[in-house]
Amino acid sequence: MYSEIVMDHFANPRNVGEIQNPDGLGQVGNPACGDMMAFYIKVDDNKLSDIKYKTFGCVAAIAVSSIVSEMANGKSLDEAKQISKKAAAEALGGLPKEKMHCSNLGAEALVKAIEDYESKN
Amino acid sequence: MNKIFLDHASATPVKKDVLDEMLPFFSRDFENPSTVYDRGMEIKDRIEQERARVANLVNAKEGEIIFTSSGAEANNLAVKGAALARPKKGKHIIVSAIEHHSVLNSARFLERQGYETSFLNVDKYGLVDLNRLEDLIRPETVLVSVMHANNEIGTIEPIREISEITKQKDVLLHTDAVASLGNIEVDVENLGVDLLTISSPSIGGPKGVGALYFKNNMRLMPLIHGGIQEKGRRGGTENVPGIVGLGKAAEIAKKELFQKEKNLTQLRDRLINGVLDNIDKVRLTGHPELRLPGHASFCVEAIEGEALIFMLSASGIYTNTGSACASKALKTSPVLIAVGTPEDVAQGSVVFTFDTSNTQQEIDYVVETLPIVSARLREMSPIWNAA
Repeated sequence: MYSEIVMDHFANPRNVGEIQNPDGLGQVGNPACGDMMAFYIKVDDNKLSDIKYKTFGCVAAIAVSSIVSEMANGKSLDEAKQISKKAAAEALGGLPKEKMHCSNLGAEALVKAIEDYESKN
Repeated sequence: MNKIFLDHASATPVKKDVLDEMLPFFSRDFENPSTVYDRGMEIKDRIEQERARVANLVNAKEGEIIFTSSGAEANNLAVKGAALARPKKGKHIIVSAIEHHSVLNSARFLERQGYETSFLNVDKYGLVDLNRLEDLIRPETVLVSVMHANNEIGTIEPIREISEITKQKDVLLHTDAVASLGNIEVDVENLGVDLLTISSPSIGGPKGVGALYFKNNMRLMPLIHGGIQEKGRRGGTENVPGIVGLGKAAEIAKKELFQKEKNLTQLRDRLINGVLDNIDKVRLTGHPELRLPGHASFCVEAIEGEALIFMLSASGIYTNTGSACASKALKTSPVLIAVGTPEDVAQGSVVFTFDTSNTQQEIDYVVETLPIVSARLREMSPIWNAA
């Protein structure tokens, strides 16, 4: 079953939404498989000054998006890229085994958004 | 907050009258029905009375009912037991594409024993193709298995028409009536079937018991070899309290059927109309008319079913989904795929199944809540604007 932290992030997702004209956009997953995430970032002085996301997916996918956005906010780009799927899952108080791939997606989407920013700057 | 339970296809509460009849058989009337002294024989007699009550529910003869541990076991016994007892007839079976896993995986087991399985396709409403069935039947076909009604999309299959084909071609017909029993008339004579699966927990009986109707004492290869219980067709001391519970539940189901069918049809139509009128980009799954009275199923586009189920449960509404994320195997419901639902849309599946305990007020609350919850999830969905 899901932990209390997962249920809290699912019921009250932090930083959910979109950024108009983001500095970077990272999209992962596929609706046909049941999960898709889009991360939007703003970068200021090599740091993540704002993060938003939109998520189509299960309880775990929404909670992972929320916790990754919280963990990365204010961090330098290099630090944010180091956020591992394991760290995200741990910060949520663990995830059921069959849901671990969701924590992959959150970290991946963020890295993609940062790479998108780096490729343009 | 009141709990509104709308997942009766997965379980129903054991009725009080059912439990009351079961209770003496745990401690007071505990003796083994296979013993020869009077106490054991009385219990054996009671099992036979229950067999008659179950037979009566489906218009079978008493000797045509065998008790099992579940609907899944009854499906296994029907498919494997009937096929393995007739190797001389041939090694080919036909099952519909939307059968329960206990039928599909029994067919896969037979394939490993050298049998061949043909899958009978369904149309967009989930109805099997009768012309295709005629084409699939060969001289060596032993068995056709098509469920009476589908638990995920509610569609009722044309079993009687199928039986006209199987009778003419001298092939056995099995139907899994777990979803339909207690909701619509299930009459083995009218349906023309040779084997029919019954489950106790879907009609207000206890879990851990089911039954198989098998016409005229036909040959079946046992799955559980043992003693003389169930005339040697299923070894193991009988689950007496469970069998008594199933018998009582069957009696009640028979008595309540007409009124229940009428009430549930009203609730169903109220929910279907309410949902289709109040939510954009939502589709009804299954057949609009040929469907179970207590069954309403939808796909809400651009959201995922497990998240939807959790949000509904936070509002007190308990229901089910066929989305990939909600299944332990992370696979989209094969039933939704078989009826041609695009995989992204199938993720938004939600299935409501009612019982007589549900009220119009509860349905109105669902019609009010589902659009709110769907809008909330769509607001955070990256594919909603595109939808």
